[in-house]
Amino acid sequence: MFKIKFRGLRIMNTNRMQWKNGLCDGIPIALGYFAVSFTFGILAKKAGLTPFQAVVISLTNMTPAGQFAALGLMGASATYLEMATTQLVLNLRYCLMSCALSQKLDAKAPFIHRFLLAHGITDEIFGVAVCKSGKLNPFYNYGLMSIAIPGWTLGTFFGVISGEVLPAKIISALSIALYGMFIAVIIPPAKGNKILTGIILLSMLVSLLFAKLEVFHYISPGFKIILLTILIAGIASFLFPIREEQEDYPAEGKSISPSLREGSLL
Amino acid sequence: MSENLYLYILVMAGVTYLIRLIPLTLFKRDISNVYIKTFLHYVPFVTLAVMTFPAILDTTANRWSALGGFIIAIILAYQGNSLVKVSAAACIAVFLIELIIC
Repeated sequence: MFKIKFRGLRIMNTNRMQWKNGLCDGIPIALGYFAVSFTFGILAKKAGLTPFQAVVISLTNMTPAGQFAALGLMGASATYLEMATTQLVLNLRYCLMSCALSQKLDAKAPFIHRFLLAHGITDEIFGVAVCKSGKLNPFYNYGLMSIAIPGWTLGTFFGVISGEVLPAKIISALSIALYGMFIAVIIPPAKGNKILTGIILLSMLVSLLFAKLEVFHYISPGFKIILLTILIAGIASFLFPIREEQEDYPAEGKSISPSLREGSLL
Repeated sequence: MSENLYLYILVMAGVTYLIRLIPLTLFKRDISNVYIKTFLHYVPFVTLAVMTFPAILDTTANRWSALGGFIIAIILAYQGNSLVKVSAAACIAVFLIELIIC
């Protein structure tokens, strides 16, 4: 019995540590979110929403593209079906992420975690969580969510009430934080890995083509991400399947960004 | 618009939550198929790369500051710095460049 108690305590400590790690890794996410949702707040105010309404939208949706699109739809008094369809198309990529994240979770972990984790599947939280090696502890994600969600929500709030208080230069600088984080997530594993390097370069190149060529302008940004992800990841997995049975991918043993490893935070 | 605003929010939040929830609850067991596993492993790299470029170039007030931040982030990430450091360095680079050229 003593042993069981000890084990329970140890699991609790691990969960606590994982939560803390998540909290730390979530700082750049929160900063980036703050900047982006600040802009959302400003636009929400222009669309005639109260601070409370804007905050409720941010808290319940946690989706940049979807929320910006929603403002336009509300303003145009779109039908609920249009609203639902737009959100579906813009956010369908979360479906792919959810599939990938599901694989990282322990199948035996309590089911309730999945309902809580689901709300936190955003591009950024997913990107950071999925690149952790080994199985994913839900508490790591809760750590990320504990700071990212307030960042997103508070940014919205301050955007609505004080659009002009923060100097434009600061907003401009903060708005690159999210991208800086994306880069910190995808570059280290690609170091010394030709396949991943090729995938990243090709993805950026095709993405640039989609942005520049007028033919592709009909495609919404959300759908473009889905299309390219399925195409490029699909072709790459067909050409370069990873056959090792062990948990490790070629990239992983080496150097996932150090902050993603347990223990070392900054 | 205000009387049905909360219905709008309900619809959008509901759809978005279900998109996130359904795969998490349906595909519980480990996938053994090599291709699907590899596919899911490659997904975040493609998704994040596509989202980052070229969008990063239009995110700040000035294209050159964005380019500067982008390059700084790549260099620091390549050296294996933490998320916070890479992100902060990119922000500072943008700030400094805009201070000089704007």
